Parts: sequence; structure tokens; C-alpha cells
Amino acid sequence: MMRDQKLWTWHLAAGLVILVFLGLHMAIMHLNAILGVFNPAGGHPIDWQNVVARARSAGFAVSYVVLLGAALFHGLYGLRNILFELDPARWLKRTIGIVLLLGGLGLFVYGTWAAIAARSF
Amino acid sequence: MSALSMTEVSYRIRRFNPGRDKAPLWEDYRIPYVAGMTVLDGLWKVKEMHAPELAWRSSCRMGVCGSCGMLINGKPRLACNTQIAELDSRTVVVAPLPNFDIVRDLVPELAPMFDKHTALMPHVIREDVEEREHPTNEFFQSPHELEAYLQFTYCIKCACCMAACPTFATDALYSGPMPLGQAHRYNSDSRDGGFAARKPVLAGEAGPWRCHYAGECSRVCPKGVDPAKAIQLMKRELVLDYLRLRRAKCPAKVAAKPTEIKRREGIPEPPARTV
Repeated sequence: MMRDQKLWTWHLAAGLVILVFLGLHMAIMHLNAILGVFNPAGGHPIDWQNVVARARSAGFAVSYVVLLGAALFHGLYGLRNILFELDPARWLKRTIGIVLLLGGLGLFVYGTWAAIAARSF
Repeated sequence: MSALSMTEVSYRIRRFNPGRDKAPLWEDYRIPYVAGMTVLDGLWKVKEMHAPELAWRSSCRMGVCGSCGMLINGKPRLACNTQIAELDSRTVVVAPLPNFDIVRDLVPELAPMFDKHTALMPHVIREDVEEREHPTNEFFQSPHELEAYLQFTYCIKCACCMAACPTFATDALYSGPMPLGQAHRYNSDSRDGGFAARKPVLAGEAGPWRCHYAGECSRVCPKGVDPAKAIQLMKRELVLDYLRLRRAKCPAKVAAKPTEIKRREGIPEPPARTV
């Protein structure tokens, strides 16, 4: 009954997490002149050595997983709202909810595995 | 086109009689124009001259009762509050408010809106029922506390906001701007303690979550109420409530009766209460 209050609050919280972590990502990618510490190999932030160096860091691995979780929840909840506004039948709403939940969990598990696996490069 | 130079005005009215018509249809009428004429005046003229069976709702003729909400030249407005001259057109196009079923001609079926309104308990809820039902004195409320909800009390339930709302147009579960605005009006009232009672509806699918803040409800409100703002404030209240950061409101206490006051000489006693 009160699910929407809970989901909306988490939607806002996920938005804040995205703001922080995406901001960090943008800063690392585009302010490399002053944030060189995240690019130990020098050169461009997306050079292979820099990407691998960041992937090996536990802090970055955690941030990737947190950003992935927040982005998936924020995006899929938004998609759910858009689909619900098409006024589907109740059974279809339930199906949409389950499909998005399972899809989101699947992507989260895959992304988390990728973030952890990248540490062994 | 100058309204002052008009001698005639055309009315294009969407007609529908469920006992006769399969679908709504447009009919055109011409009536003499008199300076200062409102759309409602024109409807009466159409009824008098051309279509005696034309149906609509109206009552007060001064923008207070909220009965004559209709779609006038593409915008939900009160017919009594809209001058033909301000439409800046020789043709007045009138249709029933969208987002509602049509009872007949310009009469929308507003029962679904009032069902949603009723579900949100638009009245002061207090635990001291005895005091509410048989008041011994006024409830104390400061001017500052009054300001928190005053503008939302101007709502006349004309349904113009509901007709303009793009979310209500597609989502039958959404309560809509009027019921949500009125729920916020009472939640913000310092005399009210009904937040918990309204929460089961507000926190669910019928709550303010589907609002995209298009703001059309506030734009069309003939009384200058801002339901879109009420909905955003309500979202904030509900989020704070979920996070347990909402300040619990203690409903206003009964104001103490003045003491040490003596009646000046020559001022008669008030008449006995009749109710």
C-alpha cells in the first residue's frame, strides 16, 4: 500500500548517489590535469594502463558497484513509471514489475562480477 | 479583431445526448454580442434563441461555486469568469471538461473526482472528537500557521485542474491535483492531526508520485491556487516521513478564554446561541 512512498524516496536517494559518483567520474575523465592521482600512468584517463590501475583499486571497484546499483534502480524505476502511465492492467503491471526487477538484478550481478573480475587484470 | 466592434459572436458547442447520439458532435450558433458578455451569458443566449435543451452546470455567476468549469477555446476555465472579449476570437468554442465522462452536452461526470477527494478525508481530523463536534472555544492558530495553507483553501473544486492534468488524463489511479491539493491543505493545517489517516492513500499508487510537475493545474486554476506546489510539498512531507525526519505536528490546542476582561458599560450582552 505504501510502496510508492518508499520507492520514490529510494529513487531520490539513488539520484543523489548518481550525482556524486557521476560527478566524480566526470572529474576524473575531464579534469585529469589537476586530478592526475587517478591516472598514475599519465597520458589520457582512458589509456589502458590508467583504466587497469583504477580497476585494481578496491575503492574504485566499490564505487563502480554503488554507481551501477543506483543507476539501475533510478533508471528502471523511471521506466516503470513511464510504463505504468500507459495504464496497463493490474496483471501487466505486476509482470512489468517482475521483469524489471529480475532484469535489474541480472544486470547488477553481471556488472558487479565485471567490477570484481577487473581487479585481477 | 476588436471585441468592441463585434455585433455578433459564434458559438461552437460540443453536444452529446447519450439517449440520442452515438458520439459527441459539434454544433454552431450565432448570437448577438453585448459588451461585457461572459461565455456563460452567451450560453444562456444560445439556450434562449437556438437550443433550449442545451445542458450545462452553473450557479453563482461570479466564480465562487465552481460549477461552470468547461473547455473554452482549448483551455479549462469558468464560463462565468471568462469574458468573450478576452478570448480575442469571433468564435467561442465550448466543450465539456476533458478527462471526465460526459453526462450530457457540457456536463462532465465529476463523481470520480469527488470519490478521490473523499478518500483523502478533506476535513479536520482530531483525536479530541468531543471538542471538534461540540467546540468550547476556537482552536489557536497564528497568522503564520494560517499562511501555510491559506491559498489552498481558495479551491472551489471546479475540476479545471483535473481537466488540464496530463497525468490524470492517462492514469486512472492518480488522485489528481484537486484531491491532492486539498489533502495537503489539511495536512498543513495546524489544527489538523490527520496525516497518518491520509497516509495510506497518499503513500500508495494514488498519491503524488505520478506528478511530472507539468504545472498545467496551476496555470489554469481560476482562483490562483497552486496545486502543483501543494503536490511537491506533499512529496517532501512523505519523503521526510519515510526517513522519520518529519516533525510530528501536535494539533493546535483550544485557545484559552480571555480572563480579567470586563464588559464596558453600555455594551449589551450578545444574544443567546442558537446552535
